[in-house]
Amino acid sequence: MEEWQKKHILDIKNFSRLELETILSLADSFKEISKREVKKVPALRGKTIVNLFFEHSTRTRTSFELAAKRLSADVVNLTSSTSSLTKGETIVDTIKNLESYHPDIMIMRIGVGVCLESFTKYTQASIVNAGDGCNEHPTQALLDMFTVKKSKGTLENLNVLVVGDIAHSRVARSNIFGFQKFSSKVTVCGPTTLIPYEFEKLGVKVSNDLDREIPSADVIMMLRIQKERQGITFFSTMRDYVERFGLTPVRLKKAKKDCLVMHPGPVNWDIEISSSLKERVHPLILKQAENGLAIRMAVLYLVGTKKRKI
Amino acid sequence: MSNPKGKKKILSQEDIKKTLYRLTHQILEKISSSEGLALVGIQTRGVHLARRIQAIIKEIEGRDIPLGVLDITLYRDDLTAIGPTPTVRETSLAFDLSDKVVILIDDVLYTGRTVRAALNEIMDFGRPKRVEFLVLVDRGFRELPIRADYVGKNIPTSRQEVVEVKLKESDSIDEVTVIRGSD
Repeated sequence: MEEWQKKHILDIKNFSRLELETILSLADSFKEISKREVKKVPALRGKTIVNLFFEHSTRTRTSFELAAKRLSADVVNLTSSTSSLTKGETIVDTIKNLESYHPDIMIMRIGVGVCLESFTKYTQASIVNAGDGCNEHPTQALLDMFTVKKSKGTLENLNVLVVGDIAHSRVARSNIFGFQKFSSKVTVCGPTTLIPYEFEKLGVKVSNDLDREIPSADVIMMLRIQKERQGITFFSTMRDYVERFGLTPVRLKKAKKDCLVMHPGPVNWDIEISSSLKERVHPLILKQAENGLAIRMAVLYLVGTKKRKI
Repeated sequence: MSNPKGKKKILSQEDIKKTLYRLTHQILEKISSSEGLALVGIQTRGVHLARRIQAIIKEIEGRDIPLGVLDITLYRDDLTAIGPTPTVRETSLAFDLSDKVVILIDDVLYTGRTVRAALNEIMDFGRPKRVEFLVLVDRGFRELPIRADYVGKNIPTSRQEVVEVKLKESDSIDEVTVIRGSD
């Protein structure tokens, strides 16, 4: 294996194809550990990892914590609502204070308008992006790619259709960068108001007609409508949205037989996906969550065992 | 025979075959058939050797002995000290270790650190009755109080030398050579 160069995991955009492949193949080996009776290996024994979440999360936070624990690292969890951020301490001051405990890795989820990379100058630790605003969510894209690779056997020359709230989606952006590195074509589909102009520059196809895109898709990624980010209204009514962009049994019938339907979770049933499709689509969505743990173990292993310059 | 870079053949294909038969007989002589025997190979060449021994036992006694595969990477004591992050391969111990006599198998015994890591990993999978260690080549220079129970060949080496074990399963040839280092 080539020497792992990246100290931080900030974005898929700046990953090479080889680096992505390294993580995916490592994750394959790590999957087995979670099936053991003793679900723990000593790879990161003695390392300290801080889980710093300024936004809510179930899957990402839990799986990062479990990933760290299964590699024997010590983990501290901090969420904005239970930290001194509520007393007015700034994020930078919080990081500087945590730095005095000498953590090795800081896993961070932050909101819109904060630049994760700018924090690297306040800490010696590796920073791992667990979702930053509307920018990127690298481990989500990695677990999506891993899930596709496991099901399809390849990541190359696929038609990936990303549907929904593209504007607010860090998942969409990370997946676009990731799949393009494997020569797959990405189409984003949603209301015009939820697809910023900049997406055309990313080399993706932009569409507002879901029915037209479904038949050629190998993978359909349904994105969550992020009600918490919809300060202003981007579409007339939820009913209208579902009518045009919800995945229904009728729509799915037009898809290829082996088309994968994925969702980063949490799913708003009957909005993004009809609840009558639950039986068909939920197993793979849960598989995504399972794969997320292995991906996060692989990422923490790579940055956690990287030789440090002292 | 030409000898580029001071390469010396220690075991030929025939030698390796005879050695594995001898070692297998030693195992069967020492461990009664009533005891639950299991083989565990250390990735990568230890696994090849374990498979061959498994086949020899089948040939001699007609018994199927369970076989496990161990990748010790995550148990190494130098994970954060070594340069390139090592890749992690498959570990698979799909049988119950309790009350088993486990024969741990590797190609070369050198510092003993791999064996230490392997023992720790095995213990995380269960509590075997006993663990014994089989190695094709013992080249000396132990850094831990570890010894092998079954040794194919003792090869006196210097630290500058490299012992290279090639097995058909991964290297298309069966041979053991000692290569003198450049420095």
